[in-house]
Amino acid sequence: MNITVNGEPKETSPNNSILNLLNELEINAQTVVVECDNTIIKQEEYATTILQDGAVLELIRFVGGG
Amino acid sequence: MLEIAGKTFRSRLFGGTGKFASAKVMKEALMASGSEMITVALRRVDLNDPEDDIMANLDRDHFWFLPNTSGARDAEEAIRLANLARAVGNTNWLKLEVTPDPRTLLPDPIETLRATELLVKDGFVVLPYMNADPILALKLQDVGAAAVMPLGSPIGTNQGVLTKFQVKIIIDQARVPVVVDAGLGAPSHAAAAMEMGADAVLVNTAIAVAGDPVRMARAFAAAVDAGRAAFESGLGRQGPEASASSPETGLDFLR
Repeated sequence: MNITVNGEPKETSPNNSILNLLNELEINAQTVVVECDNTIIKQEEYATTILQDGAVLELIRFVGGG
Repeated sequence: MLEIAGKTFRSRLFGGTGKFASAKVMKEALMASGSEMITVALRRVDLNDPEDDIMANLDRDHFWFLPNTSGARDAEEAIRLANLARAVGNTNWLKLEVTPDPRTLLPDPIETLRATELLVKDGFVVLPYMNADPILALKLQDVGAAAVMPLGSPIGTNQGVLTKFQVKIIIDQARVPVVVDAGLGAPSHAAAAMEMGADAVLVNTAIAVAGDPVRMARAFAAAVDAGRAAFESGLGRQGPEASASSPETGLDFLR
């Protein structure tokens, strides 16, 4: 199944959760916010939110800025 | 002490976290600055370097995070970034930036006012970055801005407070704290803003790109303290004519 993560096409297994995807990408779930199809997903829902085919995700975190 | 939206700050120097050569230097400089409030930006995670998380080095109990909406070109983009910041940062504080022109990075006053009103209604503590426009400052505080952040000069230009005349009016009129932001390139610039009565200043580039950012951070901290002390002490009046410091009497023996 195909999804888009931060503008890049990615393949992932069906029934994958957001938490699993973050683990696969080696991203600490505590430090990011996930927007899935323009909706912010609450951190406590990462484990229970199942990715759908064609989902568009944005993984955003704090970076240095003024 | 400085108070914004019910929270007090001992340091009147706010720090930025951009442009530092390394996370280590950034942390050392911020510690040296004494800053308690620091700005952060929001960007996509680099999927090729997911461990690159410089914010992991900063103790949230020590530093009060002020997420910015840098990169937003209109109110809608700023509000989207604000909501992302609230979700990832567990804070409703926000430095609102709406800068449609990448060449000048000057803030859009109309979109900034519109976004401030909407975000305040949604529960955010909004500190808008704004041009040094006294009328706009009043309108921003009327719609609930927790502070106003007029620019000294454009972001990253190190030109100092080119907007003195307007910033002074903003300070005289404000009912909320005034934080002079952007363009402060030297400690003397920060001291000048504080002498005018600014409640705080925000400095990023001048510290981050200094040859020795840690010493520069200390220099800015000293300048902010000096400027504040001078303001609170009451500066002498400026005048067009000389006024002798030495007695003008007792010179009869010369003539």
